Amino acid sequence: MEWACIGLPQLALDKRQREMENPAQPLALLTGPIQRRVLHAVNVAAQGFGLSMGMPLASAQALCPQVQLHPFDPVTTEQLRQRIAAWAYRFSAQVSTDFSEAVVLEIGRSRRLFGEWPELQARLRDELQAWGITHRLCAAPYPTAAHVLAMAGDEFDGWGVDASRLQAALGCLPVHRAGLDAASVLSLQRLGLRQLRQVFDLPRDGLARRTSPQVLLQLDRMRGLLPTPVRYYHPLEQFDARIEFDAEVESHLALAFPLRRLIDDLALFLSARDGGAQQLSLYLDHEGRPQTHVEVGLLSPERDSARLFELARTRLERAECPAPVRGLRLRVTHLPPFVPGTHDLFDNRSQQTLTWPQLRERLRARLGDASVQGVGLRAEHRPELATLPHVPSKVVAPPEQARPAWLLSAPIPLRERVVQIVSGPERIESGWWDGADVRRDYYRVETAAGQQAWVFCAPGERGPYMLHGWFA
Amino acid sequence: MNTQPVLEPWIDGRHVWRGRTPRVSSGAQLPTGWAALDDILPGGGWPAAALTEILLPLDGVGELRLLWPSLAHLSQQGPVVLIAPPYALLAPAWHAAGVSLDSLQVIRPHVGNERSLDKSDRQALWAAEQCLRSGACRAVVCWPQWADDRALRRLQVAAESGQCPGFLFRSIQAAHNPSPAALRLQLHVRPAEVQVLKCRGGWAGQRLRLV
Repeated sequence: MEWACIGLPQLALDKRQREMENPAQPLALLTGPIQRRVLHAVNVAAQGFGLSMGMPLASAQALCPQVQLHPFDPVTTEQLRQRIAAWAYRFSAQVSTDFSEAVVLEIGRSRRLFGEWPELQARLRDELQAWGITHRLCAAPYPTAAHVLAMAGDEFDGWGVDASRLQAALGCLPVHRAGLDAASVLSLQRLGLRQLRQVFDLPRDGLARRTSPQVLLQLDRMRGLLPTPVRYYHPLEQFDARIEFDAEVESHLALAFPLRRLIDDLALFLSARDGGAQQLSLYLDHEGRPQTHVEVGLLSPERDSARLFELARTRLERAECPAPVRGLRLRVTHLPPFVPGTHDLFDNRSQQTLTWPQLRERLRARLGDASVQGVGLRAEHRPELATLPHVPSKVVAPPEQARPAWLLSAPIPLRERVVQIVSGPERIESGWWDGADVRRDYYRVETAAGQQAWVFCAPGERGPYMLHGWFA
Repeated sequence: MNTQPVLEPWIDGRHVWRGRTPRVSSGAQLPTGWAALDDILPGGGWPAAALTEILLPLDGVGELRLLWPSLAHLSQQGPVVLIAPPYALLAPAWHAAGVSLDSLQVIRPHVGNERSLDKSDRQALWAAEQCLRSGACRAVVCWPQWADDRALRRLQVAAESGQCPGFLFRSIQAAHNPSPAALRLQLHVRPAEVQVLKCRGGWAGQRLRLV
């Protein structure tokens, strides 16, 4: 059991169902030319109504009027398969998407880490189930054998076959389910061959004369007589996924569900890449208008899906949309390395605590990037310029004279009566070189109401005073 | 039978009012830096995991002078958050008061977007609640323009669950409304005095002069 195959028998349906809020609704995918639409795939609920593959659209609508119909989209289905491959990359370095409707991965070398086939299988199943992907899992010594078993049908689901029993296991497969082309299957069936065992028993040169060379190749590859060439999957450098809505979405509440799907996929992708996301780009598509772009920036890379979702959602709530939304796209291009935070084993603070960076992200997401600022000193005599919104890189000596705690954004005339001058004047004269020339005499005064004010007037004069700050 | 160990958490948590001995022996968690004030407050300082309201007649009457010693102490340990301060900060003054500027964080909810005053008020209270609840801050100081009983109760609960002291500066007009804060102080201008309006586990009504 060196190779495992994840068979994806109804991936296109799964993709649609993941986007539906109620997966128990009947659903069918359509294919074929406009004039003659036929059902490409139907889900379990729709099968209950008697719908089946290949049925014309008109009869399907007659049998089940409430069925949801969507066109079959091979491109997005393939994208989902690529994402499953990215997820499988967590379990093995050798993952391949060469085989149709399946993802094949090498498991022999991952055994020490993930356990034997039953354990690994249970884990794969759990995660695929949580993901909402219908799957069949099989393991075999050769990739082609695993693929053939996984695609053969539900009764072979979960089989793990080792080299000694491979021949017997493959032998009980019906001929038409062994991944052979239809013409060869027909000619084998006309020979009276029902199971692969009978085909294996035939003399090789006779078989070569009767069937196409591909059949022989396939039979050899599944038995390991010939090696199977496999192209390995390389994980993508960036994350880009999109969900299209059937109806126009007008409230951000309705966007939360698809956003959660996208963020969950992103979190899986990030853990496979062992990276974090620092810059998320959300694009909202509108009908006939340019798309709205919402940028979610974080101060440090983050991987946790719950936290990413909370931040993205609060940003999305604040975004202004000119029109109803038809589609949502999430794109992450840069994957900085993710360093998980360290926690003390005997941390005695309560459960729901956050660290300051996490709290700052949450506040910034809701209130805006500029709403959370630090405080820093700047070597500057003019009080308007003495405070920085961040901590300066070099240490600065503060002025020696007393300064008020509060500074008015712009000086205003002092309305209160001055009872007493507590200290002053202090001449501040600076800034002739940058155009913001200041020449003032500052006083600390006490007003009639008992406030301590910081006021200034023109140099050498005694009033009228301009109020510039409060000693609080 | 000794009942002391059962009662102690209640007494330390200031849930039991003991008529004659307001001073709790377990030591000050958070000294105010003013000896006279420490003496009359139970626990010998600010309530360490609760809301403190300071009511002002006007700005610039020594309200920060009252708080600076404890902020200076707390800012050495971790972030101290100022939410919706009424004016711009002048860094040299805060530095001179001993506050570590590296850990000072200012949150202004209305920066950068033209939202109504009411909205920015609610954002300020939301931010205060988040900061108190998170347990990431050593102290949260907030200047809400408006706060009703419900909002104050939320803040009080958040302060308790996050084990964080919260300070609210409010106008003196709020003095007549009930408040769930553990400690309410009122500043007087002439003479410059502090009056205890409410004090959980201690005596209210005392006035003292801060020198």
